[in-house]
Amino acid sequence: MMKLDRILFGDNQFFGVNHMSEEKARQQMMKFKDTAAIIEVLDIAYDMGIRTFMCTTHDRMREVCDHIRADPTRYKAFIFHPCMPYAHKYANSVTEVGALETIKRYSAGSVVGTLLRGAVGAITRDIYDLMKLLVDGEMKSFASLNTPVILVQNVVTDLLLGMKLHGVFAEFHKYIRERYGAEAGFITMNVPALLDALEAVGIENPIVCANINKINFRMCGGLEVYERTIRERRFRPIAMSVFASGAIPPEEALDYVCRQRKIESIVFGASSRRNIEQTRDLIVKLDAKYAGAAWR
Amino acid sequence: MAIRVGIIGAGKMGISHYAIVNAHRDASVVAVCDTSSYVLSVLRKYTGVATYGDHEEMIDRAGLDAILVATPTSTHFACAKYALERNLHLFVEKPLTLSPEQSRALSELATQRKRINQVGFHNRFIGTFQEARRLVRAGALGQVTNLHGSAFGQVVVKEQSSTWRSKKSEGGGCLHDYACHVVDLMNFVSGPPIRVGGARMQSIFSKDVEDAVYAILAYPDGMSGVLETNWSDETFRKMSTTLTAYGTKGKIVADRQELKLYLRAGCGFERYEEGWNTRYITDLQKPVSFYLRGEEYSAQIDAFVEAIQSGNMDHENSFASACEADRVLDLIVRANQADG
Repeated sequence: MMKLDRILFGDNQFFGVNHMSEEKARQQMMKFKDTAAIIEVLDIAYDMGIRTFMCTTHDRMREVCDHIRADPTRYKAFIFHPCMPYAHKYANSVTEVGALETIKRYSAGSVVGTLLRGAVGAITRDIYDLMKLLVDGEMKSFASLNTPVILVQNVVTDLLLGMKLHGVFAEFHKYIRERYGAEAGFITMNVPALLDALEAVGIENPIVCANINKINFRMCGGLEVYERTIRERRFRPIAMSVFASGAIPPEEALDYVCRQRKIESIVFGASSRRNIEQTRDLIVKLDAKYAGAAWR
Repeated sequence: MAIRVGIIGAGKMGISHYAIVNAHRDASVVAVCDTSSYVLSVLRKYTGVATYGDHEEMIDRAGLDAILVATPTSTHFACAKYALERNLHLFVEKPLTLSPEQSRALSELATQRKRINQVGFHNRFIGTFQEARRLVRAGALGQVTNLHGSAFGQVVVKEQSSTWRSKKSEGGGCLHDYACHVVDLMNFVSGPPIRVGGARMQSIFSKDVEDAVYAILAYPDGMSGVLETNWSDETFRKMSTTLTAYGTKGKIVADRQELKLYLRAGCGFERYEEGWNTRYITDLQKPVSFYLRGEEYSAQIDAFVEAIQSGNMDHENSFASACEADRVLDLIVRANQADG
């Protein structure tokens, strides 16, 4: 089993996502208008030993990928954990041109649009095949880069969960392994319910990324159920939103997460050297405190 | 026994409701009606749900307790009326209809039949807006002199578009899509206006519908209101709704994420101090049992299910309250016409 890095670097700060302040989100969007500004921050994190970038398959990620690909010596240890899809892209498109046109627009190499035009109906009526086409479309930017984990964004995971389309989880898990030699991950706001669903379709010890924070922000099922689930059930948790967008002071927030030793990784986003360093140092310190575990 | 729900309209909202209803402990989606045979075939094949191309057939045959309507607005009236006449509980996407008369007729029918009747104005389930309403009504701002409501987003940012949202006859346009949310939210916080003093409905990229709506509102007790909505603003990643209330003792600015309250010297209120106070959604939002895309979407379905179970007709977002929003939208249309 491949080990995940303890600290993963997130990307919300780059694309104007902030759960607490629209004003802050806008400022960040301005700051990271140029991809060079994003790369500058990624370099800071990378040079501090944070080598995994967990990122949305946002349109702008293509430029980041190109940059990393162009310098394999510098970025020898650079790891991507792509999270797909970038849902706004699809949602806006569905509103604009409808479901079928959207599928054509975003599937890999426009295969559906050109070679198999006559077979659109047949292909898209099989949602497992459709999923594969869309995954390949999203993965195009990451060609030849190191992507050991590929995750489904929470809006899609939770949509499938609610609609009880659990077969898609199993198919995704299998496809990611076969086609990309990678491990599937699932981002969710509903950990206990998702684990039941994944278990039911035979996915063992899944990578699950979810909000884990001490103020119970977007942790459906509640704090205690989450703590018990992490303690007792077999899965590989990645904690996100540990600061609840800044609602919890850093040390207190990280203490809550580091204390739960079964949490495998922590993903956080930051824009400044100071914040990245502070977060990394706190995690290292708290890990040492709770397990004697060294920085890895 | 789980409440058996049928969904009419499996577009973006319908599918989102599908997942939320289905994840609810006490409800499940048993039938779906849509005009797209593609969507129906996929749903039937993978979920096993019963599918229909005709809503009357679904209502007559699927053995339902409740209907959720998420179709283009122009079709709401016919779907809702048919469902109510067959004694089904009803959740209808916003706005209720395109005419205040139709909305009123539905409201009366629902009351007469004693069926739960809810409209999808989800902002009423957001903690920051709920707190803004509570503070305004508790007098924290003193006398409120002006209410400003706005919504911006990027629905139409170029000239071509071919869905119902670009057709006036089907209920498309910024007024019924965006402005209605703001109108309802302003009603929620302060009660409805008595008059619309002036309005502009402006096309920017669209041919058949308006992309921006501006209006001046007049309220009882001399309070004024300003409404400003524009769905062709690509600087916003997604719809962003903000409410500002100005009073003699201070001011509130509330959006989806935060509530900022300014109180003048000597005007501290409950836990809020003089000067600026900020509270975040992380602190103001009640948890939900299933999260898909914002607590408010789940909370409104929870409320709907709860109302059906308890038979409580006095629930949030009733047709009667949505009628008030439709009335204001109609006043805006008239004011715009009067201004030429």
